[in-house]
Amino acid sequence: MTSPLEQKKIRITGPSVVTANRTHDGVVIYRTPQHGWSSRLADAAIVRTSDDARALLAEAVADDVGAIGAYIAPVAIKDNGEIAPGNLREHIRSEGLTIELPVPA
Amino acid sequence: MYAYDELDRTLLHERVEEFRDQVKRRLSGELTEDEFKILRLQNGVYLQLHAYMFRVAIPYGTLSTKQLRALAHVARRYDRGYGHFTTRQNIQFNWIKLAELPDALADLAEVGIHAMQTSGNNMRNVTSDQWAGVAPGEVEDPRIWSELLRQHTTLHPEFSFLPRKFKIAITASEHDRAAIKIHDIGLRLHKNADGETGFEVLVGGGLGRTPFIAKTIKPFVHGRDILSYVEAILRVYNQYGRRDNIYKARIKILVHELGIEKFGKEVEEEWQQLRDSALTLDDGAIEEVRSRFSYPAYEKLPHMPDELKQAAHDPLFERWRKNSVFPHKVQGYSIVTLSLKPVGGPPGDATAEQMDVIADLADRYSFGEIRVGHEQNLALPHVAKRDLPALWKALDKAGLATPNVNLVSDIIACPGLDYCSLANARSIPIAQELTRRFANHDTAGLIGRLHINISGCINACGHHHVGHIGILGVEKNGEEFYQITIGGRADEGAALGTLIGPSVPYGEVADVVEDIVEAYLALRYSPDELFIDTVKRLGVEPFKERVYATR
Ligand code: HEM
Ligand code: SF4
Repeated sequence: MTSPLEQKKIRITGPSVVTANRTHDGVVIYRTPQHGWSSRLADAAIVRTSDDARALLAEAVADDVGAIGAYIAPVAIKDNGEIAPGNLREHIRSEGLTIELPVPA
Repeated sequence: MYAYDELDRTLLHERVEEFRDQVKRRLSGELTEDEFKILRLQNGVYLQLHAYMFRVAIPYGTLSTKQLRALAHVARRYDRGYGHFTTRQNIQFNWIKLAELPDALADLAEVGIHAMQTSGNNMRNVTSDQWAGVAPGEVEDPRIWSELLRQHTTLHPEFSFLPRKFKIAITASEHDRAAIKIHDIGLRLHKNADGETGFEVLVGGGLGRTPFIAKTIKPFVHGRDILSYVEAILRVYNQYGRRDNIYKARIKILVHELGIEKFGKEVEEEWQQLRDSALTLDDGAIEEVRSRFSYPAYEKLPHMPDELKQAAHDPLFERWRKNSVFPHKVQGYSIVTLSLKPVGGPPGDATAEQMDVIADLADRYSFGEIRVGHEQNLALPHVAKRDLPALWKALDKAGLATPNVNLVSDIIACPGLDYCSLANARSIPIAQELTRRFANHDTAGLIGRLHINISGCINACGHHHVGHIGILGVEKNGEEFYQITIGGRADEGAALGTLIGPSVPYGEVADVVEDIVEAYLALRYSPDELFIDTVKRLGVEPFKERVYATR
């Protein structure tokens, strides 16, 4: 597999984060400004230029033990500064399924 | 039931320990994800949106109660208390932690269940009719042949690195419940003029981006030659299949590009080299496998027991019986389908509690045996008719007696965007809304047989191309849209559906389906003309008009 860094030219059109799944349990995680991971979108590092996005992704991909399938995902920044997922797929990854699970948690 | 031998058991345990070691090395960083991915896929482990997904094979759809309880245990202990039965006689768990997977696999290996070849470019679970061995009029139990093929192809080096995944399905009945025409190889067991048992061999079926209905490559291959013939097909595929382009790698593309005649000729040449080899099955080998399938000691029972006569006064029981109970080859017995399609529920999901209830009921009423069908429902294959009323009460209590089998709310759906990382759009909420629209089972009964199939992307895991009504999720400017086809079918008359027009947004799908159903009710020649036959008679135009006139 080619690394996501080589796959295509990285170009972002708005605020973005780097997200992946945690290796040992698959949980959705976001790259943080502290060079670590968090399962909360609110903790994610926001990038606004393609160069920054590429750098953040490179840092994420380098942690092959901690995370798998890292990629850049769009977000929206609300007026109050809150980070919201940029599309339905990311909404579902961040907030969970849009349906009730057969067995309530 | 099928009795596995010691060799199988040893193999399974070795595999689990091998995988345990691989997982350990992955978690310690000794293996990179690139190195590990192929290993996890060989053990049925995918990555979905929120977690790893674990796919377990249920060979030819037959489960013992011990095995079903083990699946319930895995759901409870390692997952979130439920599992999802798929269209290929597999079950998927959606929330398993990588670190715990080896334990889950080990627990399953105890009861002879595994996840080998449930993903990756190899020979997948050889599926069969869920009524195998009990359907009236069947030529012979097709599972004998599924098992022979399973043994031959499992971990076979030549079939472990195919150009792409490879799926075989087998039926032995006139009515095809195994959807053989949408498989890479479809096998229909029948007898030739001399009364010998063999197969019509079909090849090149499949859905996905480029759907094809399988074509007959040879009308009769003697049973003893089936391994060599299948191997000849696979060799030709291995030689010419497009490894360079994932979209062209399935055998259906090769068959289409070469043409069935040319492809058939290549296979024939290959087969002539192979046919009198060690692959020829002698009677002893077939007998050996046959003898491992055991059948219950059926009693001699009346066709119409008193219990059934009495229960017939209860209209709710009668509605369920007429919908979910099917004739058995032995007098006094029935095959009972358990709907996993409750109104408002996700199609094909069963909770651990339900699995345990089903296992208990199977022990009590079905000689300890359960079947899994491609429609994402389960079946109890050997229920004495006198037990039907008691069984119904117990099933109803567990939410497993929805009388909608083969009706409009018996929807086949893939996990879609709620779970799947490849999805364009959601499938499950669409299915749920449709089951609410058609929640009245009496109305659904009047509408009659109608299969709705939903896929969240073009990979077609929900078989949308062959749904009487097919719904395919696409993405348009970041929004979920759905293309609707009608007239598809997956049985012996398999056909691909026809698109009725432009895609519609998420919020309108259920309305469109209601329009289509209403159009059908107005157009059908008589109440016994099925939806699919009305579409065949009139084409898509009248449906299209109805749907788009007001949109
Ligand atoms: C979420 C995990 C899943 C992933 C990542 C996945 C992925 C895929 C892909 C990529 C294909 C296309 C293969 C090709 O055309 O070469 C495919 C086909 C298929 N999948 Fe899945 N699938 C998933 C879940 C399911 C489920 C839940 C079912 C059953 C309900 C299912 C049943 C099938 C079937 C029957 C096909 C064959 C369709 C055909 O004939 O082309 N899959 N899957
Ligand atoms: S059809 Fe697409 S969305 Fe649905 S399970 Fe298959 S790959 Fe996922």
